[in-house]
Amino acid sequence: MSRDPERKIRAVIVDDEELARRLVREMLAAHPEVEVAAECANGFEAVKAIGELKPELVLLDVQMPKLDGFEVLELTGTDMAVIFVTAYDTYAMRAFDVHAVDYLLKPFSEARFEAALERAKSRLGQPAPAPAELARAARPPAQYAERIVVRDGVKVHIIPVDKLGYAEAQDDYVALASGGKKFLKQQTISSLEACLDPARFVRIHRSYIVNLERVARIEPYGKDSKLAILTDGTQLPVSRSGYARLATLLGETRA
Amino acid sequence: MHPLLARPGTLGLYLLAWLPVAGLLVFLLAVSGAVRVHEAWIIVPAMCLVYAFVCLAAWYPCRRLPVRQAGLIRLAEAHLAAAAAAGGLWVLAGLGLAQALALLPAFAGLEQRLGAQLPLLFAVGVLIYLLSVAFHYVLLAAEASRQAEAHAAEARALARDAELNALKAQINPHFLFNSLNSISALTTIDAARAREMCVLLADFLRATLGLAERTSIPLAEELALVRRYLAVEKARFGARLQIEEKVDAESGQLLVPPLLLQPLVENAVNHGIAGLPEGGMIRLEAACSDGRLVIVLENALDPEAPARPSGGLGLANVRRRLEARYAGGASIQAGPAGERYRVRLSLPAETASGPYEPRP
Repeated sequence: MSRDPERKIRAVIVDDEELARRLVREMLAAHPEVEVAAECANGFEAVKAIGELKPELVLLDVQMPKLDGFEVLELTGTDMAVIFVTAYDTYAMRAFDVHAVDYLLKPFSEARFEAALERAKSRLGQPAPAPAELARAARPPAQYAERIVVRDGVKVHIIPVDKLGYAEAQDDYVALASGGKKFLKQQTISSLEACLDPARFVRIHRSYIVNLERVARIEPYGKDSKLAILTDGTQLPVSRSGYARLATLLGETRA
Repeated sequence: MHPLLARPGTLGLYLLAWLPVAGLLVFLLAVSGAVRVHEAWIIVPAMCLVYAFVCLAAWYPCRRLPVRQAGLIRLAEAHLAAAAAAGGLWVLAGLGLAQALALLPAFAGLEQRLGAQLPLLFAVGVLIYLLSVAFHYVLLAAEASRQAEAHAAEARALARDAELNALKAQINPHFLFNSLNSISALTTIDAARAREMCVLLADFLRATLGLAERTSIPLAEELALVRRYLAVEKARFGARLQIEEKVDAESGQLLVPPLLLQPLVENAVNHGIAGLPEGGMIRLEAACSDGRLVIVLENALDPEAPARPSGGLGLANVRRRLEARYAGGASIQAGPAGERYRVRLSLPAETASGPYEPRP
């Protein structure tokens, strides 16, 4: 994975404040080996630009309109060096979990910026963790996901978890059923399960997670198994251990 | 559970207190001549040990009948009846024990001799029970005062927390960090604007420092502070942040707690405008009518953004402060209304010289 030293390092700057972007651009101007390929003012633009331009370096704010910095990485993967640039020190642990190169606190000195850039350069071309692992790491600690972000080409969909009917495992992907549509996301069903509140979502089958609120009734099916009938009429298989989990939860909520 | 039984150490002390009672009773029985001294020394401690626990039962009626609330007659009835029952038990225990002992030759005839002292025994039993009632009332009073003290300490701690939180909420440090970052960017891009922003920021900080010590300020002063804050944020957000203000002339002189609107405007920027790629409008209205000051703050909102639980810390602080200051006299309603978030405050219209009365 060696890089051509003649080729410029392509960087994308992501920050919703224009002045903050200009500051980073100005500090990068001292480095002719780095070329700013794009500036993005929100999470959607960032996902699009990173997907299209495949930059080697991303300077990323955390709090932004539409998608936050962690959600951007969840959708783009981290096959690049990421430097977080934020006024908040509370995200440092999560930044470390998603394998960020460095974490710059605003306002920062030129020397600090140079150090971050040096670290980024030394990390270029190193393999990145799989997106499925990232989805879990990008989640705030001790807190279940409130929404799920899905990328569909350059389009980004945001699914609030209460709009998620069920999820189905499909090889390396999960299909998320929401509002009569299905969205494919590169994530394992176990990793998705770990992100969701276990009081609201149940793994009813090796391949299915269901939103408890959408379960209308359970019907017997065949000798050993059962079917969950959802409020929209969808039928999902329920395994024996899945039924045990479902029964416990339904018993708790209806008791 | 009885507090003495819950703590073994205090139970030991309680039983120790029975020793003089037992001694006195031995003396009384011996003096009466009916029971011999060595017999008394056997039978009395045994009776006392049993009765010590019987008397602990007084805790339950004492707890059910607080001295101040239950009438004197009701108290006398209940405790005398219980005392009679306990005294009966005491006598029966004594006679039973005497009967058992009388089977031994050394104690022959004990039950007859003790039986002759029944009235004395019964009276002593009733008296001891009533003493135990008094003791339990003292115990309950001590416990109540300890609880009241704990409650008072807790209330003090809560009030201090609320005050501290209110103080902390005045200036969000991230607002400072972000503003300083903007200034850092401006130093090379536009030095004059950088200087201007330094002055705006300093004006805002100076104003917040002065305000925190006062209990009330005219709304006009609060609005001046909010305008300085928004001027700084405007440098950060540029065209994304738009502001509209509609405040009638008489509202400006009305008194409000300092920094009442500031955290709400901060929320409007951080949770409203900052979440919108194209930004949006913050609208602030204040009007006075029918002796009420009504302030409405609206901001644009990303409808897809996850809802904040109960509006966040800033709103909770404002709510607590209003509650502490006006009791039920002020109200605050907050919530999303379509693509906007709306906070409506209603306070009693007050001036420095009392309730506001519009000139005819």
